[in-house]
Amino acid sequence: MQNTTAPIGQTNCQLQVHDVTFSSNMAAAVQSGVNAETLVNNMSVKKALAAVPPLTLQIVAECPVTKARACDLILPHSAVSTPVFMPVGTQGTMKGITVDQLEGLGCQICLGNTYHLGMRPGPELIEKANGLHGFMNWKRNLLTDSGGFQMVSLVELSEVTEEGVKFKSPYDGKEILLSPEKSISIQNSLGSDIMMQLDDVVSSTVTGPRVEEAMHRSIRWLDRCITANKNPHKQNLFAIIQGGLNAELRKACLHEMTKRNVPGFAIGGLSGGEEKDDFWRMVTLSTDYLPPEKPRYLMGVGYAVDLVVCVALGCDMFDCVFPTRTARFGSALVPWGSLQVKQKQYAKDMQPIDPDCQCATCKRHSRAYLHALFKSDTAAMHHITVHNIAYQLTLMCSVRQSIVEGRFPEFIRTFMKRLFPSPDQYPSWAVDALASVNVTLE
Amino acid sequence: MKLELSRVVQGGSRLGVLKGLGRTGQHSLDVPGCLLYTRCGSAPHLTQDTLHTLSTLPSVTQVTLSTIAEHQEVLEECKDGFKKFAGLHETVLYCSLHDPAAPCPTGHTTNKTVSVWGSGGRIELSVAKFMALQRAVRPDWYQSMADGETWQENTSRKRVRKSVDRTLAHLDECLLVHHNTQELEGVEVFGVVEGGDILEERVRSARETAKRPVSGFCLDGLQTGSMNQSLRTQLITAVTQELPEDKPRLLQGVGRPDEVLACVEAGVDLFESFFPFQVTERGCALCFSLDVSPDPELAGTAPPAVLRDDEERDTAGETQENGDLNHSDQTQMTSFEIDLNEKRYHDDFRPLVEGCGCYCCRNHQRAYLHHLLVTNELLAGVLLMIHNAAHYHAFFAALREALADGKLDLLKRRLLGERRAETGTKD
Repeated sequence: MQNTTAPIGQTNCQLQVHDVTFSSNMAAAVQSGVNAETLVNNMSVKKALAAVPPLTLQIVAECPVTKARACDLILPHSAVSTPVFMPVGTQGTMKGITVDQLEGLGCQICLGNTYHLGMRPGPELIEKANGLHGFMNWKRNLLTDSGGFQMVSLVELSEVTEEGVKFKSPYDGKEILLSPEKSISIQNSLGSDIMMQLDDVVSSTVTGPRVEEAMHRSIRWLDRCITANKNPHKQNLFAIIQGGLNAELRKACLHEMTKRNVPGFAIGGLSGGEEKDDFWRMVTLSTDYLPPEKPRYLMGVGYAVDLVVCVALGCDMFDCVFPTRTARFGSALVPWGSLQVKQKQYAKDMQPIDPDCQCATCKRHSRAYLHALFKSDTAAMHHITVHNIAYQLTLMCSVRQSIVEGRFPEFIRTFMKRLFPSPDQYPSWAVDALASVNVTLE
Repeated sequence: MKLELSRVVQGGSRLGVLKGLGRTGQHSLDVPGCLLYTRCGSAPHLTQDTLHTLSTLPSVTQVTLSTIAEHQEVLEECKDGFKKFAGLHETVLYCSLHDPAAPCPTGHTTNKTVSVWGSGGRIELSVAKFMALQRAVRPDWYQSMADGETWQENTSRKRVRKSVDRTLAHLDECLLVHHNTQELEGVEVFGVVEGGDILEERVRSARETAKRPVSGFCLDGLQTGSMNQSLRTQLITAVTQELPEDKPRLLQGVGRPDEVLACVEAGVDLFESFFPFQVTERGCALCFSLDVSPDPELAGTAPPAVLRDDEERDTAGETQENGDLNHSDQTQMTSFEIDLNEKRYHDDFRPLVEGCGCYCCRNHQRAYLHHLLVTNELLAGVLLMIHNAAHYHAFFAALREALADGKLDLLKRRLLGERRAETGTKD
């Protein structure tokens, strides 16, 4: 049985380019094993790249049983192996972790929040700092969301109109309008490698005409975003499929949005408290209608089961605050669930969080020490954050490896067995979802 | 441990190396120097990765009973001591009583006990419990139990005398237990000199402590905020005259650069490095100049590495004047730092300190640090801790170099000059 906890950054997750039809110098050089990053510094390559789309997806392997794929996603700052989990660094920082540590964990792409950064320190300042990359000194890829979700989830909502979303700034009470143009303008200033369209965000628990209205408006806003993008040669604008939990609305949205020439698609409007039974059906419906040659980004998904199942359903990219947020509360993610390090039962437990984990935390520290440290210093949070990011990235690396080696269904079975004490505890939605792509669990 | 002095200024500063540290005796520490301040074995905010971005780390790690007393049971079960428990490899461990950065409530000390405050509240220590802790911690060296509660205003003479008597009694008891404890074989003990602000008591404490078989001396009850520097200097000078020259002197609770320098001149060898942590906690960055080399090429021009131009001199009202009796909060900002919270840094794209080789200065800018502070981000503490520790260690290196080259006066003028010029200046 393959070791499912392969160390981060090891050769089993190296790029493998199969398809040589791409003419870009970047792809050719990557094929010959040259470090993609150093290439970008080469002037002639820079010129050639200007004529080349800022996103290239190369499908390295497809699972013959499920809808899963393993791909190489070539973005302006570096190549990304998919399926990929993208940690969220909301305010231009991964909380408590330096960019060196993040790089050392093998992270190739992470998120920044347009809403937060647009408020503080603001797009003008970040532009002066050479974009968000320059400001936080992150040399790899960045994805920024549009600010849409934060507006709905965080802020007192005034009004959604065709123009945009009007809301009150929490910092000075002033009324702000976030329009598709404004959102793209901020994201252009941030200089992220992938930008998200501004969508009309509606909670997944809402039903009725509002859902349809939001879906149609999101299409119109997509077009406005495409028009507003000043840097199409450097920044990739992704569309976000909406339609709530209504299959017909979803299909209509898919039908329209896939007509637009965007480099990638996100599946939005899910992961917001809806029933999991509805959730997976919308995911698989979406991937059925999305073009295979473009990446599929499922927003807001980060729990291990959800990741594995949704990879099987055909998704390539994921983001979620959960792993890093839960770390700060002392919750360490492990293949068999999670471990609340602050609990008394770990006060004398001299094992590392996960004896098989290769992260810096597990190589040096015990549960008992971390338990004690939580009473004294913030470093305890950072140790767990490092571990949780390592856990997520290792998981995705293992998933990818199993797809490449043609044993993804077997991987899924082993994974589920490890995570749940017994088969009758498998979540029924996961069993159903996997069955829909020909994977039967015991 | 063995103190090898290469230079001694009559009745004052010493330069040398403290050798033979650790169980195997292979570690050494340059003197004057500082220990690595930790909370429960961790440099504040830092994991091993971030800690080791610092190119020079003190070879001695300090841990305090304040942060580990509550873990006695775990340590006893662990059996291999605190170093093993905390994942501290390749370092010498010094165990002190109180956390210099965490002021503790007074009024709980008795003839037989002292108290420390853990996360769950007060923990009372008798000598027996204190020594049981040392046995569980297994440090390479520790300070003996001491009553240093003499720093409050209007401490009576009687109280001061009591602290000296008690501390000596504790020392004798500790030493007795120490020599009967197998786990503490090879571990060294420092005696603690008390005496408040009373000269005669200080001398008495020093004389008596020096009679005991200790490896070195902690000077207690002199912490920043308890008295002005001139009194501190006076007391330390009197104390060190009573202490053997070949044993190290560790001063507790003093960390400000100007005070450190003055205490080095009075004969102190070792300091705790909690000051950079305090600076970090207020969102500030150490930036005082360390350069005292008179470059002939620059004769007649503006001094190089002027780290704080007039623009940056912060409002004088916030800082303490040298020489003032000040019992104020140790958390007040000093003139050796800039406050990254200030609006003026929001678009300042320079590193914290030009020419500083630390991870923070090599990778980040003031504007970014300002943003992290404004948005209450954890990374601010990490980056500032790295820079402040680096700068502080560099200060000690500069201090030693100045001593070696006979340029201590120049360094002193540089340090104090920055403060004096700053006094009374408002933006």
